[in-house]
Amino acid sequence: MAEQTNLQIQETEKQEVEQSAAEPTRTGYIFVPRTDIYETDEAIHVVCDMPGVRPDGADITLEQNMLSVSGHVEPTWPEGYSLNYAEYRIGDYERRFTLNTEVNEEAIEAKLNNGVLHITLPKMRPTRHKIAIQAAG
Amino acid sequence: MLMTPRLGGFGSPWREMQRLRREMNEILERTLPWRTSGIAPAYPAMNVWLADEGAFVTAELPGIDANAIEISATDDTLTVRGNRPAEELPEGAVYHRRERGTGSFSRSITLPFSVDPNKVDAAYEHGVLAIRLPRAEHDKPRKITVKTA
Repeated sequence: MAEQTNLQIQETEKQEVEQSAAEPTRTGYIFVPRTDIYETDEAIHVVCDMPGVRPDGADITLEQNMLSVSGHVEPTWPEGYSLNYAEYRIGDYERRFTLNTEVNEEAIEAKLNNGVLHITLPKMRPTRHKIAIQAAG
Repeated sequence: MLMTPRLGGFGSPWREMQRLRREMNEILERTLPWRTSGIAPAYPAMNVWLADEGAFVTAELPGIDANAIEISATDDTLTVRGNRPAEELPEGAVYHRRERGTGSFSRSITLPFSVDPNKVDAAYEHGVLAIRLPRAEHDKPRKITVKTA
């Protein structure tokens, strides 16, 4: 899978999405979720770390071999407290992947548990067309 | 760094250099805490909210088993420990990309006041750990009345 951003494993800080020419309509941070991608014989698995995202806040779309993953985080501030020390920022997540394998779009499954989104993309079985030969003459 | 007769001629000329080097290291460590040393940055990153009644600490810990998180609070120190084992892949699976960390972590932070360990409350939801630490009774600020004659 080809993709533009490269995350350093040693950096535990969240990496922001590089701003393209088009700015997002909302203000706020957008981060790149750390992702593991592995491939088995049957499917490609994409596992993204998106802490703070509820199942209804995650959005997955597959369009012409481009998989877009986005997660929205609703920040909750505790009442009556003030932020004294912050090591991480809170924001949405977004990442895009280009798939180089044909995927069976109908059978894609996604699960979001404890902030980890697991997408299973079954590979398309190569269809075999048996072509009948017509006898000529 | 010249040795003048006032110094009495003690010590090697490098002592000034060593003192300067030590002071520079201390300054650098204060401004760039983790980069200068070879130690891995602290995980998980924590945000600390404070109020008069206590502290509220949040940490992003996706994919952890809630039962396996150990939280201990003694006096003014909060320690969070846990483990995220690497996923077991079926035979013949190949990684295209591996960015998510795995392994055990342990982090302690010092709070500005003592907390009551019996009243510490923690919730783990959607991959975010939120710990509420009420301030200890003996550490609450006491109003001191000023007697006027």
